[in-house]
Amino acid sequence: MPPRTQGARVTRTPASRRTVRHRLAADAGLLVVAAAFVLPLAWVVLSSLDPRADLRVKLPDGLTLDNFDAVLTPDITFTPLLNSLLLCGGGTTLTVACAALAAYPLSRFRSRLNRPFLLTILFATSLPITAIMVPVYALFVQVNLIDTMQGTIFFFTASQLPFAIWLMKNFMDGVPKELEEAAWTDGASSFQSLVRIVLPLMGPGVAVVTVFSFVMMWGNFFVPFMLLLTPDQMPAAVSINEFFGNRGTVVYGQLAAFSVIYSTPVILLYVGVARRLGGGFALGGAVKG
Amino acid sequence: MSPRSSTRSLTRALPRVLPLTPAVILLLLFLAGPIAYCAYIAFTDLQLTGQAEDSFIGFENFRTAFGDEAFLNAVWLTLVFTVISALLGQNTLGLALAALMQRASKPIRTLVGGIVVTAWVLPEVVAGFLLYAFFRREGTLNAILDWFHLPTQNWLYTLPILAVSFANVWRGTAFSMLVYSAALNEIPKEITEAAEVDGAGGWRRMWHITLPMIRRSIGTNLMLITLQTLSVFGLIWVMTRGGPGGKSQTLPLFMYEEAFQKSMIGYGTAVALLLLVVGSLFSVLYLRLLRTEV
Repeated sequence: MPPRTQGARVTRTPASRRTVRHRLAADAGLLVVAAAFVLPLAWVVLSSLDPRADLRVKLPDGLTLDNFDAVLTPDITFTPLLNSLLLCGGGTTLTVACAALAAYPLSRFRSRLNRPFLLTILFATSLPITAIMVPVYALFVQVNLIDTMQGTIFFFTASQLPFAIWLMKNFMDGVPKELEEAAWTDGASSFQSLVRIVLPLMGPGVAVVTVFSFVMMWGNFFVPFMLLLTPDQMPAAVSINEFFGNRGTVVYGQLAAFSVIYSTPVILLYVGVARRLGGGFALGGAVKG
Repeated sequence: MSPRSSTRSLTRALPRVLPLTPAVILLLLFLAGPIAYCAYIAFTDLQLTGQAEDSFIGFENFRTAFGDEAFLNAVWLTLVFTVISALLGQNTLGLALAALMQRASKPIRTLVGGIVVTAWVLPEVVAGFLLYAFFRREGTLNAILDWFHLPTQNWLYTLPILAVSFANVWRGTAFSMLVYSAALNEIPKEITEAAEVDGAGGWRRMWHITLPMIRRSIGTNLMLITLQTLSVFGLIWVMTRGGPGGKSQTLPLFMYEEAFQKSMIGYGTAVALLLLVVGSLFSVLYLRLLRTEV
């Protein structure tokens, strides 16, 4: 072997060895943190399959689906999940439709009002919604929207809209204007060009807004907890608390099984969107503005 | 202006304004409306039941609040909760995870990222139950401590604010991790490599190069996680209901208790208004940070 190559190898080895060492150290560090994070998750999965589940993480005393069987009743699972679906589906549809419409002029036309409007929207994205729930309750009592699905859907939509408009506008800015101009010369209205050209081109962006809105509403506890009163209308977020929190003895295996059922849709949705956008979720960048 | 040119300006203005109306109407009715109403009833003695008319009582609610031991306790606990769980916990851990992920091998990165993000995506109430189980006397944490022969205790009873703070770290760290991962990915490789060649060690590189370069992301992140943490309700509600004896009662839980369990809507709203004002201040700061960035 010629000496030059050997020399090169000698200088490269310590550096690459250091990289490997660094990588191993980083891997080890990450695994330690992950171990702490995974414990509560492991509890819920293992307990849901355990015939004698208690509060600590342990290997099941045998696998069973009895817990799932016990909670898959109209009272415990189907009605609350259907309510959740109605609330979040309705809210998300309304949010995405309103946000897409609103984002269009903000993204396409220059106007003096755009900047103040967007700043207000951005300001509203970070307001603590929890803080206005008491006045919303008082207001809803006066206008007879309390304990109604539509009232809750409207409030969900309004609370999610600022962020949805902001995200939607940013995604829409990425669609080149030239394509629409061609459509305009062919006599298409701006509504037609929004629906036929812009939205299809920003499919992944619309998907992100939809999934994000849905996930936020699905997991929200405080809004339905305050605005809905009748047990029949309660979404899963609230009913889980009523069923398991207020009863004397808690069957932990069933609680875990219900948690798994209730959480699965949002995890699947998240995975779907994250994969489509290539691993990293665009949210980190979107939030940065 | 001739009628014709005014129709023309109308047909020009219509497509610009019309699409905004559904969103604006919803925002005015269901967001701006309640905020304005909040600002009004905070100055009244509105109660849930047994009162014909509410009357304007000026700053009485606020005066009551600042003389109310339970309110001051809630302010203090909110501060502790925010500092421990958001500023120290989520922020530092999120940055550490993002930095480690830059160096880690791909399968480990995907695995750990997946676990941390799952904790974040889970519904709030489910997260609350999981952490409740973790911190209970018979729970996993005590089982682990026992295994190491360390003293165990009923965490939700002795140190409830610490337990809910850790719960919030568990649930919220993914957000900071995602923000910092995005920020670190934007640092050009040449810069860190140049520093490495100059012999700067890991900590010095972090302190002198990485942190200054991502300082805007740090500002934005701190602002956003503070706002999120200020409005945490469900997690604490499920784990402790604010108890025992108000030892984990942050402002949102205090507000809820005053307004509904004690039927003092006016007083509860005054507390809500204070929370809203603090939130707005942070929000304005956040806007300023973004503006310097653009």
